[in-house]
Amino acid sequence: MPPPHANPRYPAAPVPAATARHPVVIVGAGLVGLTLALDLARRGIACTVLDDDDTVSTGSRAICFAKRTLEIFSRLGLGDRMLAKGITWQHGRVFFQDREVFGFDLLPEQGHEHPAFVNLQQYYAEAWLVEACNATGLVDLRWKHRVTGVAQHPDGATLTVGAPDAAYTLHADWLLACDGARSTIRRALDLAFTGQVFQDRFLIADVTMQAAFPTERWFWFDPPFHPGQSVLLHKQPDDVWRIDFQLGPDADPEAEARPENVIPRVRAMLGPDVPFSLEWVSVYTFRCRRLDRFVHGRTIFLGDSAHQVSPFGARGGNGGVQDADNLGWKLAAVLHGAAPESLIATYDAERVPAADENILHSTRATDFISPKTPAARAYRDAVLDLAQRFAFARPLVNSGRLSRPAVLSPSPLHTPDDIAGGAVPGGAVPGSAAPDGPVLCDGKPGWLLRHVAGFCLLVFGAPRPLDLPPGVLPVFIADTPIRGALQDHAGLVRARFGVTPGMAVLLRPDQHVAARLRVPDFALVAAAHRRAMGCD
Amino acid sequence: MPLDTAPRLTDPDALFAALVAAHAGLDEAASRRLDARLVLLLANHIGDAAVLMEAIAVAQAERG
Repeated sequence: MPPPHANPRYPAAPVPAATARHPVVIVGAGLVGLTLALDLARRGIACTVLDDDDTVSTGSRAICFAKRTLEIFSRLGLGDRMLAKGITWQHGRVFFQDREVFGFDLLPEQGHEHPAFVNLQQYYAEAWLVEACNATGLVDLRWKHRVTGVAQHPDGATLTVGAPDAAYTLHADWLLACDGARSTIRRALDLAFTGQVFQDRFLIADVTMQAAFPTERWFWFDPPFHPGQSVLLHKQPDDVWRIDFQLGPDADPEAEARPENVIPRVRAMLGPDVPFSLEWVSVYTFRCRRLDRFVHGRTIFLGDSAHQVSPFGARGGNGGVQDADNLGWKLAAVLHGAAPESLIATYDAERVPAADENILHSTRATDFISPKTPAARAYRDAVLDLAQRFAFARPLVNSGRLSRPAVLSPSPLHTPDDIAGGAVPGGAVPGSAAPDGPVLCDGKPGWLLRHVAGFCLLVFGAPRPLDLPPGVLPVFIADTPIRGALQDHAGLVRARFGVTPGMAVLLRPDQHVAARLRVPDFALVAAAHRRAMGCD
Repeated sequence: MPLDTAPRLTDPDALFAALVAAHAGLDEAASRRLDARLVLLLANHIGDAAVLMEAIAVAQAERG
């Protein structure tokens, strides 16, 4: 068996000589903090990132990266790497006791660059983000710098930081708390973090083995090898398999994490003859909760520091990356002086409902997986009894509703279709993440989302000079091959946006639909752009 | 279409007997699970979410 994965170790950053003022300080160099740092750097904004550790994620942790996250990482320049290393999957099976109940196919629509999901250890994603952040020259990553105190001011915050050799203070004009579920910043500000506590303990056993299991998500309810509980099996790169055992509320977390107790559980599942080694073990409980709001003056919470979900549905990491996607362009626009500071408040308006959606789905999945009452168990088991024979019962089986991009609706930044007048029924409504689609660029096959950046006006028609407000760049999309236009040869792009020839779609810098316009007329575009920049 | 609470059963005694007979010999957990299967089958047959929500509310209001 290969040795377990060895994390990179980064050198501790030196202590600065004097107290400095920083436009942007990110606390927490995890998945969300690093994504945000890279997003800001790509938009020309320098930032300082403080992390109390000197390495990436310990253990594989968030392994399921959803399509929207892959699109965001592609925009940031890491998409190819994620796809090359990650395990692409779309099928799953559900088992109940000793039988397979049904299989499912996430049925990703054809004609998108990215699949529904890839599985990848979180430490790979973070290590690549670190490399990419360093390459920008705009991200000051300070490893082994722990925040020990926070004082908020109207114009930012003063942080007390402990480094290996000394303590120091720094001023942050904007403080972005990406420091996880046990957020130091959230505690220092004494903010209520409320929601539901779940008593059940779960055991993650990442095992390395050469196994013949297909690349599918397998979920067992009450299997013979782990009676009364649930088990999840999922493949990761490097022949590592995630096995997640439900343990119930009475399990002793320390005892359950010991190899002599983990190995028999795995062996019971795999059978006596399958060689394996333990890669990483973790016993966890979870909560579904959030802050009332994520923007507190010039301190902003993203990811697990703002909201926590159960792991069923892959909504933690993917939700946090979408937070960073949402805030990055807004903060950059404010710091560049292109948008009013009030634009930041729309991060709350858009991401609080998204967090609620994630909490709702993950709470329902958890209630199905670990029924709390005899009645809940009876209904859960009844659903599973019926699901093998009757198709109607299968949608009721909830082993996790897998992460889908949030539709940011309603949002003050979007122009409704009835005002802009540019939509036919169906397609991506304002607030949706822009759907990808196949295009030909000078006859060569490519993908729409590779061609959009900043505020982008998709113009469905032949290239021509257009009078557009500053900061809005057109991308022409034509049905036929025309020089200077992307060719929508399959007709999928226009259909997915729900527009007809002659119309236009304004995309935000985070690739969300801001408006669907009857025509790419200056006044219409300028009004929609102004609104999307929070200037109305 | 609201929940129909007018008498619709042609042979109510037979239905009552069939329900009770279906539970014969079952312990409490198995009985509960049988009822749950029955509710799920009937709920899907009805399909209309408004009718189902009304039925849940009416059933709750009548708790003894």
